[in-house]
Amino acid sequence: MSGSALSARERVAWGVVAEVVDPEIPVLTIADLGVLRSVVEMDGVMEVAITPTYSGCPAMSMIALEVQMALDAAGISGRVVTVLEPAWTTDWMSAAGRAKLLAYGVAPPGRAAGRRALFSVEAVGCPRCGSMRTECIAEFGSTSCKALWRCLACREPFDQFKCH
Amino acid sequence: MTTSIAVRETAEVLFVLARADDALIAGHRLSEWCGRGPTPEEDIALSNMGLDLLGQARSLYARAGALEGAGHDEDQFAYLRDPPQYRNLLLLELPNGDFARTIVRQFFYAAFMDLWWQAMVGSGDAGLAAIAAKAEKESAYHLRHSAEWVIRLGDGTAESHRRAQEAVDLLMPYVGEMFAGEDEASLVACGMAVDAAGLRAGWDAMVDRVLAEATLVRPGGGWSQTGGRRGRHTEHLGFLLAEMQHLPRTHPGAVW
Repeated sequence: MSGSALSARERVAWGVVAEVVDPEIPVLTIADLGVLRSVVEMDGVMEVAITPTYSGCPAMSMIALEVQMALDAAGISGRVVTVLEPAWTTDWMSAAGRAKLLAYGVAPPGRAAGRRALFSVEAVGCPRCGSMRTECIAEFGSTSCKALWRCLACREPFDQFKCH
Repeated sequence: MTTSIAVRETAEVLFVLARADDALIAGHRLSEWCGRGPTPEEDIALSNMGLDLLGQARSLYARAGALEGAGHDEDQFAYLRDPPQYRNLLLLELPNGDFARTIVRQFFYAAFMDLWWQAMVGSGDAGLAAIAAKAEKESAYHLRHSAEWVIRLGDGTAESHRRAQEAVDLLMPYVGEMFAGEDEASLVACGMAVDAAGLRAGWDAMVDRVLAEATLVRPGGGWSQTGGRRGRHTEHLGFLLAEMQHLPRTHPGAVW
């Protein structure tokens, strides 16, 4: 989305808001997550579009606030809008985002989000020791987007970013 | 007390409001388990699902507001309507009861919503289709979670089996309302709404399969409780709304 179609001013604004992090997974920026959808200048006002990960994600209002604050701090006149279409999927998470999640101790989501993927998350690697001998403890973890797993090799519990 | 709003009740608005009310009331009931779940994992799961439903309700209220065109927002729909203005299914407003009853209700509702959201992805209303594309993944998780628990409780101990069977017997007469759309034929014809009656066979197949695996018996008889879609509710909804609406009605515009 941050391609060459952006004007110079839009590119600057994109760079400013792309640094906003997810308050619940602070190693990920909203650009890593794919939550940041577009930056369009309209009549001198930057309109930043974000999209929710889950319908009830409580981080969205805080992300919207932080995007607005980032714009204000950079002296950019802008507003934040929420878009629902097309619906976010975990496939929008960048490769850099996946690597950051793993380093943070959270197993990244599987590829090819969709209904089949939802029910076929069989092999999840332990983010600590790399073993594939793991099991799901609870499908609903500390946030809407995560499930709770445990490694049968190193015995450590860990979060998995659910495929969505 | 802030006065209740008057909703411009067109067929489109009522169709969307009813589903928003379903999600809000079901989500509120799940939220009542917060801090009371039988295990920490289950406490979190019930709260998480309640949060999903609250999010779906918010999106649907926003869409209803746009269709109504009277400037009403999600908070006004949730906080400033009285029980007869609510259009949710009676099934969802019944008190939680024990864990078995909550799980069986969640299973019946999720089994329906999973089919409904999948079908609504193809709605001719772009706003509703976008909400459905997100919610249908959430409902898939809700269905799997509740189905696994129904099997575990039904095919568990004598006590868990007894409680699960009681819940099935109590709640089954309320499911018929899910498949009876009120005054929605024109919306189905124009491609906005799903013909809920057409989802019955898929729901029956899913529920029968899970109940059989859970060694639970589906009660006979086709009689069904109805009224929620027309605003005729059980006494339980009033108590629920009194708790939910008390603060915003007493302190209009309060923020924190």
